Amino acid sequence: MMPALTVRNIVVAVLLVALALLPLYAQLAHDRFLLTLFTRIVILAMAAVSLNLILGFGGMMSFGHAAYLGIGGYAVGMLAHEHVYSGFVQWPVALGASALFALVIGALSLRTRGVYFIMITLAFAQMAYYVVSGIARYGGDDGLTIYKRSQFVAPLDLSNKTQFYYVCLVLLFGAIYLVWRLINSRFGLALQGIRSNELRMRAIGFPTYRYRLTAFVIAGTLCGLAGALLANHTDFVSPAMMYWTRSGDLIIMVVLGGMGSAIGPVIGAVALLVLEETLSGITEYWQIILGPLLLLVVLFARGGIDGLLMKVGRRQDDEVRS
Amino acid sequence: MTLFIEQCLNGLQFGLLLFMLAAGLTLVFGIMDLVNLAHGSLYMVGAYFAATFAAWTGSFVLGAILALGATLMVGMAVEVIAMRRLYGRDHLDHVLGTFGLILFFDEAVRLIWGPEGLSLPLPSWLNRSIQILPGFQYSAYKFSIIVVTLVVAGFLYALVMRTRIGMLIRAGASNREMVGALGVNIKLLYTLVFGLGAALAGLAGLMQAPILTVQIGMGENILILAFVVTVIGGIGSVRGALVAALLVGFIDTLGRAYLPNILNAILSPEAASTAAPALSSMLIYLLMAVVLIVKPEGLFAAGQK
Repeated sequence: MMPALTVRNIVVAVLLVALALLPLYAQLAHDRFLLTLFTRIVILAMAAVSLNLILGFGGMMSFGHAAYLGIGGYAVGMLAHEHVYSGFVQWPVALGASALFALVIGALSLRTRGVYFIMITLAFAQMAYYVVSGIARYGGDDGLTIYKRSQFVAPLDLSNKTQFYYVCLVLLFGAIYLVWRLINSRFGLALQGIRSNELRMRAIGFPTYRYRLTAFVIAGTLCGLAGALLANHTDFVSPAMMYWTRSGDLIIMVVLGGMGSAIGPVIGAVALLVLEETLSGITEYWQIILGPLLLLVVLFARGGIDGLLMKVGRRQDDEVRS
Repeated sequence: MTLFIEQCLNGLQFGLLLFMLAAGLTLVFGIMDLVNLAHGSLYMVGAYFAATFAAWTGSFVLGAILALGATLMVGMAVEVIAMRRLYGRDHLDHVLGTFGLILFFDEAVRLIWGPEGLSLPLPSWLNRSIQILPGFQYSAYKFSIIVVTLVVAGFLYALVMRTRIGMLIRAGASNREMVGALGVNIKLLYTLVFGLGAALAGLAGLMQAPILTVQIGMGENILILAFVVTVIGGIGSVRGALVAALLVGFIDTLGRAYLPNILNAILSPEAASTAAPALSSMLIYLLMAVVLIVKPEGLFAAGQK
């Protein structure tokens, strides 16, 4: 089925094309910073896309998603510290470790509901933060510098900034595709059913706990991959990667962009990070503007940017029809 | 032995301090069904006010009293301006909105007081050791924290269980609509409860101020601990918050004090020195995990929802 030509779809298409052509523009404009900024945006967008699978479609309000960024990042950092540079080792370890952490945390947290779930995921992520801060061998509080990025086979060189950007972008598109396929599959429909009415889903025979846990682990693993990318991007890992405010940032991206679609979080990530960059250019105290702005978004713009765009589209449809 | 008694008192003091925070958090949640991440910001604001007012007036006690009043005002203002609009929304909105408030408070404090921390010096009559048992010395200030928090906890109990306002608070916790329908000014009640929670957080902050530095972000670390306490105790239960706060206070303090020695006896010195800091900071989270496995609703789940 061809997607309809609505305002929202046009905006999404323009955004994706702009992301794909960005290195070209950065090259022409000699703007190295732009490429660095957008590499970061693409990586965090991937983390937000993974969070959206459980937050938007699963209704699981996880406040500990940054933990997987940290775990994925530290898997790369620790292995590099032990002189294991192959990406074929580093990345699977990053994914495996994140999946394992998600499995344990999810198995415990999903026994609870609502606010308990928010606080527990937050607390476990903070526990991971303190544990990492306490490991002196890998830098403790100060973090760990990575001297060599993950090594892959010959033509692929992650130290090349343009190549690295495209690796991240392809993985982001892959993540969006994966989430999109998932939410339209039987599994995803069941997951959304559980979000709306868990009791009913259980009554008609779905093992709801297992469905939610599976989604939780998939989201964690995907975010671990984003963590491995982030470590390669900054050439540095520190406990700050998994501090709880980072989890808050990811939730903001998801909600700001819109929870209703697989692509929403990407819009949110671009919007939030570009907004941060712009505001911090205006004043040193930019968070004093961002904070109340968030409150206003919560109060008046539910559904996020994606939701607003869809509303614009619908209004146009109505005008055409009348 | 004296060291053990001292560590126990430290645990008690830390536990009671956590209770001041968790009580406000759990009251606000139990009554308004509101998740308030900005609770830690009020703790920070209390500490900053105390440091400023104590410097102005030159008196520690007067500064603390003024700070308490000021934090109460800030809390009520926050309720009227922002929180009031969040009631009845889902928890995701609460989390995002109050997260925005944290950013605002942190930045506002940086704007007003600057990025460097403040310190709140103790007056000489508190800054010494006193003999509380024959042959046992303890910090006068930490001892006075224990006394003050115990008095406040008693006051809180009397307020909630023995007064008319407390009756309304309890009624509001079990059925909000009904209390409103019976002609109680729910809006005012909510503002008061939120202010009370803010004042408790501010009290915890200003009491902690002379021990730690007063700095931006100081509320965030302790907020997470307050969450752990609330989860263990059962959300909405003040009694649960007290028991869980003491439990967390003791386990955290004693764990940090004795775990390295215990690990030294079992493991090689090198392994022990690596594992001890990580493990002792994990202890309370492990406690939380155990509680969740046994009783997912917390030790003293309030009988609602």
